[in-house]
Amino acid sequence: MTVEPSSPEGANLGAPAQTPSSPQKGMFGITGTGDVSGFGGLVRPRHEVVGSPKPYGGYFDEVTDALEEAYPGFADAVEKVVVDRDELTLHIVPERIAEVAQIMRDDDSLRFELCSSVSGVDYLNSDARRLHVTYHLASMTYRRRVRLEVAVPAGGSVPTVTSVYPTADWQERETYDMFGVIFTGHPNLTRVLMPDDWEGHPQRKDYPLGGVPVEYKGAEIPPPDQRRVYQ
Amino acid sequence: MTQSGYASERETTEGRVFTVTGGDWDTVTGSVDPLSNEKIVVNMGPQHPSTHGVLRLVLELEGETVTDVRPVVGYLHTGIEKNLEYRNWTQGTTFVTRADYLAPLFNEAGYCLAVEKLLGITDDITERANTIRVLFMELNRISSHLVWLATTGMELGAISMMLYGFREREYILDIFEETSGLRMNHAYFRPGGVAQDIPESAIKKIRDFLVYLPKKLKEYEAMLSGQVIWQERTQGVAVLDVTGCLAMGVTGPVLRSAGLAWDLRKTMPYCGYENYEFDVPTATTADVWGRYQVRLAEIRESLKIVEQALDRLRPGPIFIADKKIAWPAQLAVGLDGMGNSLEHVAKIMGQSMESLIHHFKLVTEGFRVPAGQVYVAIEHPRGELGVHAVSDGGTHPYRVHMRDPSFVNLQAIPAMAEGALLADVIAGGASLDPVMGGCDR
Repeated sequence: MTVEPSSPEGANLGAPAQTPSSPQKGMFGITGTGDVSGFGGLVRPRHEVVGSPKPYGGYFDEVTDALEEAYPGFADAVEKVVVDRDELTLHIVPERIAEVAQIMRDDDSLRFELCSSVSGVDYLNSDARRLHVTYHLASMTYRRRVRLEVAVPAGGSVPTVTSVYPTADWQERETYDMFGVIFTGHPNLTRVLMPDDWEGHPQRKDYPLGGVPVEYKGAEIPPPDQRRVYQ
Repeated sequence: MTQSGYASERETTEGRVFTVTGGDWDTVTGSVDPLSNEKIVVNMGPQHPSTHGVLRLVLELEGETVTDVRPVVGYLHTGIEKNLEYRNWTQGTTFVTRADYLAPLFNEAGYCLAVEKLLGITDDITERANTIRVLFMELNRISSHLVWLATTGMELGAISMMLYGFREREYILDIFEETSGLRMNHAYFRPGGVAQDIPESAIKKIRDFLVYLPKKLKEYEAMLSGQVIWQERTQGVAVLDVTGCLAMGVTGPVLRSAGLAWDLRKTMPYCGYENYEFDVPTATTADVWGRYQVRLAEIRESLKIVEQALDRLRPGPIFIADKKIAWPAQLAVGLDGMGNSLEHVAKIMGQSMESLIHHFKLVTEGFRVPAGQVYVAIEHPRGELGVHAVSDGGTHPYRVHMRDPSFVNLQAIPAMAEGALLADVIAGGASLDPVMGGCDR
């Protein structure tokens, strides 16, 4: 992951920023002339996610060892293994996600029968491959959970896992709807929550929240994304 | 004249004029030849009394047999997940509570547990706070199941069940109101504990309810279970076995009605559920009847847990001791409902400058949550509610995704309904207990 020191267009000219400032930038959530404290120029880079060293502890070693044994392409497919807050995350090369999911489901020592959740996260300005898709798998046999994570740049595509976990159907559609990740091979990749003719992908970090100013007891309150907030 | 999207448009001196034709629907019906083909396309919803909210079902029928079902969701999408990113972590509970409006306390619990796991304070939550959470979640489960019984009864023709179900639910909502100030959308669970302690009057009400409901449950069972119409409408209808459930990601009472006793309260306990004695009811019929039986039994199990929770309730703090996280405000009933406790405000204002600063910083700015991501799953009345929370180290959530069981379970409607009769779509859909507020978020 690399940190891109990009500043929104027009930020230094005192003009309104073209894109909302990323949460890591500034202290009060505003750019341009509104800030007289100087703290608006504060930049806090996101820390890079680093792989955890072995042994991972708990059942995490068993899961990774079993996957390594069952899947010959383990070294090529798994970018890194992260253990954080008692959760195991396997960062997978996007092209391999369906293969890995198949083995995670079918191998006797893994048996992740249920795909609990598929969702996206947009790491704008902190990862060149900004769109991450996370798959939360649960093994009912062993009572374990594991997270698979893939990262693609905007406009990137990920093979669908619907052939392995049919439940991923709507959840991948939602991820496409909200983040614009293309799931290749998906039987019906259309929007699911937003209207069909909607433009843009609302959960992306550079998509504004929108809203109108509201009057409350005589004072005008700006919409939430334009209020001053401590960050 | 140009065509863009669904409407043709033309520029006039008065501005742009659109001609909306609804071409989408025309193409569907136009492809059906009424003479050689008996296929009928029926659009059910999004405002239909039998679809449990703004769910739209596009059905293809041959006679009365359903050949194709396409559920269309999204009519209640309110951008809760996006909105969370513009509020601080504590304010998040007021948003998530509005997702699944029949089980608001579960949304709050899932969210709070996720934030607490991110903060690494899961073990520091006080005994009393955990007990109150369990107590209220189980009451909420009962109220949610009662609404299921009510609406499903109505949809299958047992209108009186609707009235009774909602009447009993009102009793539980009164208990919630007594404690949190609100019937629904409580924002009662907060990261670090609960907003208010339970007043004695509410505890007395809960004790009364424990005596009241079992009698009523017997009445409902007497009214529905022996009734031939109810049996005919539910038995052998909308069957989905364990394989089907797991493939479609269906959890909760629907999965348990197929025979798999998967209940996160037992299998992956949280909030101290491992200390309570209760059974996980299952059925083996995998049909609507089985789901009805499972839900009735679950109400009884929840009553058992409520009773145990009341007995476990010991005096003590309801919020985490860490002053960097513990909410410094207190609520009280004022002239216009629940609001800031004036006494507490006077205390803060009069005490010391430092406590005023502390109060101001924590309320306006909020606490920081170390960067990272967690996934927390709890047993919601409809199945697994998962909360995937991501923090970038700031005072606002970076991303929160709710894996709502209604959304995932609704995918199973085609699997249950295709090949069956039109009337069974209603029974099958109702047996999933979808709540569109949770589904669309």
